[in-house]
Amino acid sequence: MDIYVLLKRTFDTEEKIVVSDGRIEDESAEYIINPYDEYSVEEAIKQRDELGGEVTIVTVGDEEAEKQLRTGLAMGADKAVLINTEDDLEDGDQYSTAKILQIYFEDKEADLILGGNVAIDEASGQVGPRLAEALGINYVTTITALEIDGDTAKIDKDVEGDVEKIETSLPLLVTCQQGLNEPRYPSLPGIMKAKKKPLEELEIDDLDLDEDDVEAKTETIEVFLPPEKEAGRVLEGEIDDQVKELISLLKDDAKLL
Amino acid sequence: MALFTPTDEQTQVLDMVKDFCKKEIDPVARELEQKDEYPHEIVEKMKELGFFGFTIPEEYDGIGIDFVTYSLVIEEITRHWMSVAGILNSHLIMAYIVEKYGTEEQKNSFLPKFATGECRGGLALSEAEAGTDVQNISTKAEKNGEHYIVNGSKMWITNARYGNTFILATKTDTKIKPRYKGISLFLIQKGESGFIVQKDIEKLGYKGVKTSEIVFENFKVSSNQLIGGEEGKGFKQVLGGLELGRVNVAARGLGLARAAFEDAIRYAQERKTFGKPIAEHQAIQLKLGEMGTKLEAARLLTMNAATKLQEGERSDLEAGMAKLFATEAGFELSSEAMRIHGGYGYTKEFNIERYYRDSPLMLIGEGTNEIQKIVISKGLTEKYKI
Repeated sequence: MDIYVLLKRTFDTEEKIVVSDGRIEDESAEYIINPYDEYSVEEAIKQRDELGGEVTIVTVGDEEAEKQLRTGLAMGADKAVLINTEDDLEDGDQYSTAKILQIYFEDKEADLILGGNVAIDEASGQVGPRLAEALGINYVTTITALEIDGDTAKIDKDVEGDVEKIETSLPLLVTCQQGLNEPRYPSLPGIMKAKKKPLEELEIDDLDLDEDDVEAKTETIEVFLPPEKEAGRVLEGEIDDQVKELISLLKDDAKLL
Repeated sequence: MALFTPTDEQTQVLDMVKDFCKKEIDPVARELEQKDEYPHEIVEKMKELGFFGFTIPEEYDGIGIDFVTYSLVIEEITRHWMSVAGILNSHLIMAYIVEKYGTEEQKNSFLPKFATGECRGGLALSEAEAGTDVQNISTKAEKNGEHYIVNGSKMWITNARYGNTFILATKTDTKIKPRYKGISLFLIQKGESGFIVQKDIEKLGYKGVKTSEIVFENFKVSSNQLIGGEEGKGFKQVLGGLELGRVNVAARGLGLARAAFEDAIRYAQERKTFGKPIAEHQAIQLKLGEMGTKLEAARLLTMNAATKLQEGERSDLEAGMAKLFATEAGFELSSEAMRIHGGYGYTKEFNIERYYRDSPLMLIGEGTNEIQKIVISKGLTEKYKI
């Protein structure tokens, strides 16, 4: 089994984020592996341990992403690939990333590609499906269970809280949803071993791509933080009156009813 | 952290530990502490992740992490719950003594098992009448053919309840002068008869981790478990082990100081009196300014001592200073944090009262701060001899 994981380095949305001049300040943010991609790494390792083969983690990003790749290796992946776009791509978008990955995967024989359901920064959830389309392979998004037997994959897919059972065949791309597994910590021996594992660095040149080939199709106009949460309001008076008031507020103010 | 720029690998270790503390220790610490329950689940997870091999060299299947990173790990764990750091510390001092002074056979047979946590424990050093005054121990080991027969009792033994392997300090010669020349250390394991863990000692703080009394009644130890294979070397071996011990007690003082400071500076910005956050009142600002400075100084001293230890330089003076300063900082800051929290700090709803109960132990453990001052003074007089 040749298993690949698509991994994104992203800022931690649980930590403080400072936006200035329409950008998130690098200094202020903490960077992590996109949490949904952690499910992918965990699942890839589990499938490999069961079925044999190799896990390769691929990321499109800059030098800084090496740290997250090493963490993936420390968790138990075998190899990592950093496609470094720092010098060639000012602002990529989902199109750019999917295009780069498409070219990268063209000469690979991937049996299984796993990615996060979404990245918590932009949450578009597009790169996985776009890549699968471009490669012409099957894909299932938001999976919560995966069982592979030969060329067949049995999958539970989360459908807004319900479960859809799907059977499909390899090669296959899946995107992972919360509930699929419990990602392990990189163990200390794992961290020590990770430094000796291969980490290949490529530029888009190496993939015979030009800047023009991967230029973003979208433009980011503005980046801003969500408004501060305002204090709630406690209704007073008789219960009946409170209910009436609540309904009228939901109707007229919030326009929810 | 200008004095120390971690490598990628050290950062990875620290990130993992941070993440582990946040997810595995933080959510359960208060409850387990208040019930005085041993954190079995946390210990099992630490075993799996290799925590018990932190400072054991890679050639013995350990992680071989440097002492600076190690001290930052201990700071991090203590920031969340000191007792968990205690479970690791005495185990790793035991490993350190074996690595430094053990015979090849002892190193090869014990260190890999220490690293996985299969053999886990600590030091059985103190007695009712012998703490900082190690020479005064009275537990005896008498040679009998290929064995030694041990009789006596030990007090305040961390990990005695749930550990299985210990370094035991005994007298193999009770008549020799000076007295310290009669001290010998043994690697002992539970299982043989005559090794009796008696009651767990009730304590002010440092809950969860059991501190117990051990009694030895004709307990048989094989001669090849005498550390280094030679009698009378125990005192020097203990002092060598406590070099690491002092760095990690300093790191625990630092961890408590940080916990108290971080909780206090957060609370000071949330809590309002007289129409503004208390952090804007000068009375509180004076406290926070001083607390932050002490915290920083404690960290720098601790890292300096750890660096010297790592580089193999003589570090008793620096380690003593770090231990003294950082543990006093832990004690002072937890009491200042309580004042900043006011009545809330005195309740069990907040962690401040725990820091307040845990921190005095650090003033006493690993050589009291009073003896530290004397040792530091002697070291300084030697250094500045006219």
